[in-house]
Amino acid sequence: MIEWFTLVQVAVACAAGLLCVVLGLAGRTPADITNGATALVEVLLIGQLVVAIVAPLTGNAPTGSSLEFWVYLVTALLLPVLAIFWGLVERNRWSTVILGVACFAVAVMVFRMHQIWFVQLA
Amino acid sequence: MTTTTPRRSGGLGRVLIAVYGLLALAATGRSVYQILSEFDHAPLAYSLSALAGVVYIVATIALLAPGDTWYRVAWVTISFELVGVLVVGLLSVLDPILFTEKAVWSFFGRGYAFVPLVLPILGMLWLYRHRPRPTTADAPTVAPAGTV
Repeated sequence: MIEWFTLVQVAVACAAGLLCVVLGLAGRTPADITNGATALVEVLLIGQLVVAIVAPLTGNAPTGSSLEFWVYLVTALLLPVLAIFWGLVERNRWSTVILGVACFAVAVMVFRMHQIWFVQLA
Repeated sequence: MTTTTPRRSGGLGRVLIAVYGLLALAATGRSVYQILSEFDHAPLAYSLSALAGVVYIVATIALLAPGDTWYRVAWVTISFELVGVLVVGLLSVLDPILFTEKAVWSFFGRGYAFVPLVLPILGMLWLYRHRPRPTTADAPTVAPAGTV
């Protein structure tokens, strides 16, 4: 993992999460802005996927368990997609809140991935 | 006497179910990994985490599924979670060696941002507000579509 890229991911995921929860509670159904924010979180995660594949080849290997790291990464990749699908199937304000919940969950998972990569000693 | 159980899975309940599903995933996934990789470190804590994960899965389904039976299942599982997080949380504070911080319920769910402590309470409030009521002649048996 790359430290600044992790920070960007957590910041974007938190901002997207806050945006979706606020707009959802304000009564907005999932729209381009909320779906777009969640999609941005997903795009950054795909970037993280590439980083996680390439980084060990350049000598930046995880200090912790790579299995645990990959379980987090794969699950995190699924969450925004599932939340957006949920919002497409059920069009009400709560689906927007759920987009936000998914974004916050991704933020926590990226933070955990960061811990596993840099801090945890296997 | 016939009773009607209001739909529990609508509106705000959707968010509750989504968060329950997420916690079920997190607790089950993590404890399975812990049991497979380092069970010897804290057998009791990891076993309890796995049990908690399975109960969260059942609770998620019980909130989602309609009917009186599932309503009761939801109460049982959510009560179990509240008792679990309170007992294990208290034990972990009194005897920190007993439970590692990585377990779902230790330190009242601190490792999970106290979500395991707050969620059962929200779940109980939600269930109470959507409790089965005796059917009366003038009461609509089915909630109007689009009720949030």
